[in-house]
Amino acid sequence: MTEHAVRVRGLRKRYGAVAAVDGVDLDIRRGEVFGILGPNGAGKSTTVGILLGHRGRDGGEVAVLGEDPARAGRGWQARIGVVWQDESAAEEMTVAEIVRHFAGYYPRPRDPGEVIALVGLQERAGVRAKHLSGGQRRRLDVALGVIGRPELLLLDEPTTGFDPVARRQFWSLIRALAAEGTTIVLTTHYLEEAEELADRLAVISAGRVRAVGEPATLGGRAQAPARVRWTNADGSSGEIVTATPTAEVAALAARFGGEVPGLRVSRPTLEDVYLRLIGHAGAAGEAGEVAR
Amino acid sequence: MTAAGAVLATPAGADERLPGAWRLGLSRGAMEVRLFFRMRDQVVFTFAFPIVFLFLFASIFHDRMAGTGATASQYYVASMTAAGIMSTSFQSLGVSIAVEREQKVLRRLRSTPMPPAAYFLGKIWLVLVTGLLETALLLAFGTVVYGVDLPSDVTGWLTFGWIFVLGITGCALLGIAISSVPRSARSATSVVVLPFLVLEFISGVYILVTTVPRWMLTVGSLFPLKWLCQGLRGVFLPSAAAAMEPAGSWEYGRIALVLGAWCVGGLVLCLLTFRWRGRDE
Repeated sequence: MTEHAVRVRGLRKRYGAVAAVDGVDLDIRRGEVFGILGPNGAGKSTTVGILLGHRGRDGGEVAVLGEDPARAGRGWQARIGVVWQDESAAEEMTVAEIVRHFAGYYPRPRDPGEVIALVGLQERAGVRAKHLSGGQRRRLDVALGVIGRPELLLLDEPTTGFDPVARRQFWSLIRALAAEGTTIVLTTHYLEEAEELADRLAVISAGRVRAVGEPATLGGRAQAPARVRWTNADGSSGEIVTATPTAEVAALAARFGGEVPGLRVSRPTLEDVYLRLIGHAGAAGEAGEVAR
Repeated sequence: MTAAGAVLATPAGADERLPGAWRLGLSRGAMEVRLFFRMRDQVVFTFAFPIVFLFLFASIFHDRMAGTGATASQYYVASMTAAGIMSTSFQSLGVSIAVEREQKVLRRLRSTPMPPAAYFLGKIWLVLVTGLLETALLLAFGTVVYGVDLPSDVTGWLTFGWIFVLGITGCALLGIAISSVPRSARSATSVVVLPFLVLEFISGVYILVTTVPRWMLTVGSLFPLKWLCQGLRGVFLPSAAAAMEPAGSWEYGRIALVLGAWCVGGLVLCLLTFRWRGRDE
């Protein structure tokens, strides 16, 4: 068994004059939740399409579960699940009928009733797909994605258009699947979602990987100078940007003789890092100048 | 032989327990039929359309056709049955698959280990069921209202059987193939209906074969509908009516040849040109 669920080297795909994917490298380990973060049109969906074998590529090497998707057969397909953001399969069928039918395609499917319960649709099992809400519809798609007991589950912007409650429910579903050991690859343009779910992230923009890492340390986030803020006795606010925030806080505590009023220590948010990374892409070729 | 068998078996080892195309085709067919009958408006219009046309044509043209022993009404019962078979197969599939492609039903199927042949088989089961119902309705209407004689012997029904199965399979495969032509589900109806209408005119469905210009009939004879019409006339009209045919006979051998060729050619066309994704995906 290979160590990596997905291994991509120098992947390229052009549409006419546009390079949608322009030399992407990715290593996704077995059992991890891997986020692919990037603005619309960054090449996320094209990359996912290539990983699934739905799209061809113009260059590079791709191995998904040890096989090249462009040449892999049905046995490989049975080990991979996928969930898209826009799907409307079999509107006139009930949830239970659809899940049971799709179970029949796989050599060792999960129990359909179990999967329906896993995605929280047991109350709606007898309802036709066209009567489901948007969030329920997507959970049915997840049920179809996991019914074949996949080793790898790809989710392409699965929570686009969700309300905050539905999104949180969806996140706990993904965590439950990850806890069972399924490798999960998730594209999203929601930073909060990436930070909540992903063990590691790749930021993609203009067809290239700009950074890869854990959400907490991505793009040098952990080493970046911290901002220490507090409130002075006269009500004015104080602020220091420092590489040694702990020392600064100790000095402040000594100065105030105990509690420091309004104390806050902050590192750059994932959003700060993300905007810097994709901004850098926008100004590529201009010596790293940040595009505004 | 044993060695070749072993070589073939080895790479399939991992896939051994994958369900086969035939079984999945049956399972898809059962689901397709269930889905079809759940869309009530579609059911009503699919079945009513050829009956309405049969009523119109057979009522407008009802004279006795000289030297044939049959009336024009009876001619239209055979013609409209052929057209009904083609509409439940070619037209329904051409449009509905384009819609399934746009609604990403096909993308979902492509992401499962389902073999493509199972999808095509499911569609053929669907049209066999709907086509048989359509035919039964038209023949019931034709016998009661226009006095068409149903075959009285097993041979007649066997002839009907092979013409029906070859005709509907060929038309279904052509329908699956043409579904890849329209750019969107919205344009699918026009893309599919225009060639179907043209074929109906040049194959002797609406206009008697004796009236259609010979060159048009020649063009029509490249496609299955002309032969399906001719075969059904052979089954349901008196044998004297064979005099109307361009060859002066029903030409069953040639009918089997052309319809069989369309089944094989249609399958090859589907396998070569079928698109699982929309053009702009």
